Amino acid sequence: MRWLLLKDLQILRRSPLQACLLVAYPVLIAILVGFAISRGPEKPRVAFLNEVPAETRVNVGGQELAAAGVDDRICARVDCVHVEDRDEAVTEVESGDVLAALILPADLVDQINSLSTLTPGTPKVEVLVNQEDPVKAQLVDERISTLLAQANLAIARRIAIEGGRYLELIIDGGKFEVVGQTIPILGLSASARILEALGPALPAGPLRGSLAQVTEFTARARDNLDVAEPLIKRIAQPIVVEKEVVDGSAPPLEIFAIAVAATLTLAFVTVLLVAGSLALEREENAFSRLTRGLISPAGLLGEKVLLGVAVGLVVTLLMLAGMQLFVPLRWDRFGLWLLAILGGGGALAAAGAALGAAAREVRAVSLLAFMVTLPIAFLSLIPSGAVGAGVFDLVEVVTAVFPFKPALEAMTAALDPAGSGIGGPLLHLAVLIAAYGLLARFALRRFAAV
Amino acid sequence: MQARGLVKTYGDRKALRGVDLVAEAGELVAIIGPNGAGKTTLLSILAGILKPDAGELGVDGGAVGWVPQQAALYRRLSVEENLLLFARLEGHDDPQASTEEMLELAGLGARRREIVARLSGGNQQRINIAIGLLSRPSVLLLDEPSVGLDPRQRARLWEFVSALAGGGTTVIFSTHDIQEAERYGRRLLVLADGESLFDGPADELREAVRSEAPEAADRDFETAFVAYLQHRGH
Repeated sequence: MRWLLLKDLQILRRSPLQACLLVAYPVLIAILVGFAISRGPEKPRVAFLNEVPAETRVNVGGQELAAAGVDDRICARVDCVHVEDRDEAVTEVESGDVLAALILPADLVDQINSLSTLTPGTPKVEVLVNQEDPVKAQLVDERISTLLAQANLAIARRIAIEGGRYLELIIDGGKFEVVGQTIPILGLSASARILEALGPALPAGPLRGSLAQVTEFTARARDNLDVAEPLIKRIAQPIVVEKEVVDGSAPPLEIFAIAVAATLTLAFVTVLLVAGSLALEREENAFSRLTRGLISPAGLLGEKVLLGVAVGLVVTLLMLAGMQLFVPLRWDRFGLWLLAILGGGGALAAAGAALGAAAREVRAVSLLAFMVTLPIAFLSLIPSGAVGAGVFDLVEVVTAVFPFKPALEAMTAALDPAGSGIGGPLLHLAVLIAAYGLLARFALRRFAAV
Repeated sequence: MQARGLVKTYGDRKALRGVDLVAEAGELVAIIGPNGAGKTTLLSILAGILKPDAGELGVDGGAVGWVPQQAALYRRLSVEENLLLFARLEGHDDPQASTEEMLELAGLGARRREIVARLSGGNQQRINIAIGLLSRPSVLLLDEPSVGLDPRQRARLWEFVSALAGGGTTVIFSTHDIQEAERYGRRLLVLADGESLFDGPADELREAVRSEAPEAADRDFETAFVAYLQHRGH
């Protein structure tokens, strides 16, 4: 078997272009897919005009915030194109250079500051949109809505705090500053005490009864407004999200992207190499000669699987080592990487052997390998909820039959220290190795036939 | 090599109907017949690639070498690498020495490092045969060895094969070329529709043709042979 393995490596070395394509193409696809799923959507280009004077400060609830920092926060979420005035913003939007324009008017901060006064205004921002590209237009809507929701939430919290402070003043009393003057506030608690003290001093009669009613009201108002304070604060964020993971543990996005890229590389290299190399034995008319006492058909299949796993292992490890330049990987989990690559590579190689034995011709095999591997790989990346329940069940069945998904799960488990165990995927892969091995052996029975 | 009453059926079609063949050491036996006669099936059974449905097969000592119709070689390996690989797979004690021996026998020592794909069809066929000889066979089976070769390449091939037979190797080959069979085959086995019609020397076949198809006896051997087959219902 080792001489056949050596022969296959010699043939691979003699075809540098083919060998490069065999390795480079899957690596390229893998990197592109990994890159695509590991980064968010492109930031939309938005014209941005901030007319708020630079020195203006937002004052809500007695706390001052620099208004200048708002530019950075907005431009972190959209690709800002700074414009000089509204006309330029309109021109940019009309020309399609930008998808939208966001204009912060000069009185925005004053309007925000008025929210914590007794005469609150209505702060407004202006948004000009270009809906030429519906996908990007939706993205702009979402980004700007999110920005405004965040700003509204921050302001609402401040207002709620300020409202609570007013309530405390009404209940407990204190000092209130207005138009540069400090006004003392007695407060309900002190009022109630004074009124209670006045009661015995009054003569019995209707006046004392009326005072008793006022005293009771004051006491009740003090007690009940105590309850109202946390209620007012809650208005700022009425719904609190409590997230609980009940199933699955999502790996960090960059780890998942690397696992996808590595598994794609392993899948293409292994399936193509094993299927192609087996079909080549037939095209070179060597199969009959080899299986006439030199090696058994099962031995030949074993040699091809070994070839695929060995080359797949080297290419995948090189790729992971390359990824290390961009994302730190846990090399102390190298043993698990090996297990994942050997298990995944073994099952993918067995599937490649079955494809090669069934298709028999190198060109047909190459086409078939791509036609099977690529769609299965993409199907394996469909998350639950992205399609209907029935379709997802079907996808689950299809992807469970081909080794890509369990190989991806094994690779993810090997790369992610916080992930789920590798045992389940490896067991799944072992079953697939046996199943595809049997299929390949069965297909070899008619392999030499014309 | 002795084969008695070989029968092989593919579905409803009988590829061989009780064919006998005996070949002595150093004998050159040609198997001829039209397409679908069963030539390749018979050789495949003799080579052990196919199992007969009925009949007996035996070889008195030594291995049976098999040379398929299409050269069974790795075209991206050199001449030497091909021979070395198969010598190793055959389990030779000294594969390099066996390779040298076959290179000399095939007359390709000077071209040992050439990639097989760059060789002519004739030279590829010589390596193909040399690989078949690596198992040191007492019987060598050649399935249409001269297909696709030009006359000069054919002549060199048959010179090579005749030398093997001269050395004591039994050579059994199939061919469509009646002249080639007549010229190189010491005995001819005629098959048609899986049936053995004739087994004997070329001279006897000529006599058989003359007696069964006298109208074609004075024409060339191939035309007379075709008339003979038609006369026998094939």
